[in-house]
Amino acid sequence: MNQIAALPTHRDEDYRYADLDALAPLWPVAREKIRVAPGESGTLSIVLSGYEASARHLVIDIADGASFDLRVLNTGTGFARVAVDARLSAKSEFTLGAAQLGGESANLELVTEVAHLAPDAVSRQIVRSVLGGEAVGTYLGKVAVARGADGTDASQSVRAMLLTRTATANARPELEIYADDVKCAHGCAVGELDGQALFYMAQRGLPPETAKRLMLQAFVAEAFVGAADEEALDAASQAALEALL
Amino acid sequence: MLTIDNLQATVADKPILKGLSLQINAGEVHAIMGPNGAGKSTLGYTLGGRPGYEVTGGTATFNGEDLFGLEPHERAAAGLFLGFQYPVEIPGVSFVQFLRESLNAQRKSRGDAPLSGGEFLKLARTQAALLKMDMEMLKRPVNVGFSGGEKKRAEMVQMGILDPKLAILDETDSGLDIDALRIVGDGINGIMRRPDKAVLLITHYQRLLDYVKPDFVHVLAGGRIVRTGGPELALELEEHGYEAVAA
Repeated sequence: MNQIAALPTHRDEDYRYADLDALAPLWPVAREKIRVAPGESGTLSIVLSGYEASARHLVIDIADGASFDLRVLNTGTGFARVAVDARLSAKSEFTLGAAQLGGESANLELVTEVAHLAPDAVSRQIVRSVLGGEAVGTYLGKVAVARGADGTDASQSVRAMLLTRTATANARPELEIYADDVKCAHGCAVGELDGQALFYMAQRGLPPETAKRLMLQAFVAEAFVGAADEEALDAASQAALEALL
Repeated sequence: MLTIDNLQATVADKPILKGLSLQINAGEVHAIMGPNGAGKSTLGYTLGGRPGYEVTGGTATFNGEDLFGLEPHERAAAGLFLGFQYPVEIPGVSFVQFLRESLNAQRKSRGDAPLSGGEFLKLARTQAALLKMDMEMLKRPVNVGFSGGEKKRAEMVQMGILDPKLAILDETDSGLDIDALRIVGDGINGIMRRPDKAVLLITHYQRLLDYVKPDFVHVLAGGRIVRTGGPELALELEEHGYEAVAA
């Protein structure tokens, strides 16, 4: 674990879309370890912003009956990456709500591996990206259900909105299941703002920027529903959206 | 109020309106009737400025302004309201937020001060009551989960709140049961039957016109107005059909 690995290449699945030049000075990325004791609950919000390259890697162990709620708001303007390894014990819960909002040449990444190691754990991942300019937004998310982890309930909801034809969204939800009795749902969509809705809103008097902002706010807010600091995250994402429009 | 002269418009390069002329004065209610595919909805969308509806000839002057020189939201601020045949659902955005932002955007462009949250809610409550709509419904996301009839009523509540000068109502009567039709008809009369306002009703059927009496009825066929008359023309259409009357 502690050996110094070589800088990854684009052949490594988890780094396929990463800005390796920006990553190099940060390598190796330290693992930030979080343990949630049995029956306990924890929360964490990570907000990344600014041009300076950043990369974080969380390793979260969630013990029996414990829960952890992680929210990520990535509004970096350069390369900004968050990797999360979550390991779920019996009857534990993991929630990840993440928004990646980028324009110009931002390269924003969220790479997750959620391992259901024991029965009856629940994981929920909601990822919303809004990308303009020539930005790249990436979500690589693996859910691994171990042998014997029956009663697993895992979901991944991944949606990206492209504001320009030059922006790119990469999304790869992945399932690896070695148990029989599991419920794994994943949905993934990349789209543009609904033109009909924009005209409807314009017809009521909303200028295009305002109409887009309202729709995008609602879209992004889905990632922060129920967060301990929901209001602060909503406010920060609104400010980031306004800068994008 | 609105003068349309020789309007020609295309949708996906296909000519739909082929020289339509119409004069609507303040205080008047006009009804445009016509068969499917005549260009009725295209007229509404073209006047509203929907992307994809291209004006290829003719003019429209709205209270002295060149309507086609304005963006859709500027047309709304100038007092033009388009009631949609199929109101659009907007997940996650509440009616209250949407309408308050819309109204205040219109007010701003007219140089009026914005309404506060309290002032807006009072206005919204009054207008919802006029259309017998529960205020709780306006706290929900725009049109999401509304029945067809509820969406049409919500359109009228929006019209009441935004208080336009000219309302173009595209098949506002479709999807309404008899009771809802009366409520919507009363709403149109209550909000728009004023000396300084005008209405253009786009409809297939006579039945809405029992509640909202038009001053003029026009028959639209093949992208043009082929006949104009009084309310009796609608009855004639109902009895003899479009083909006989428009011929």
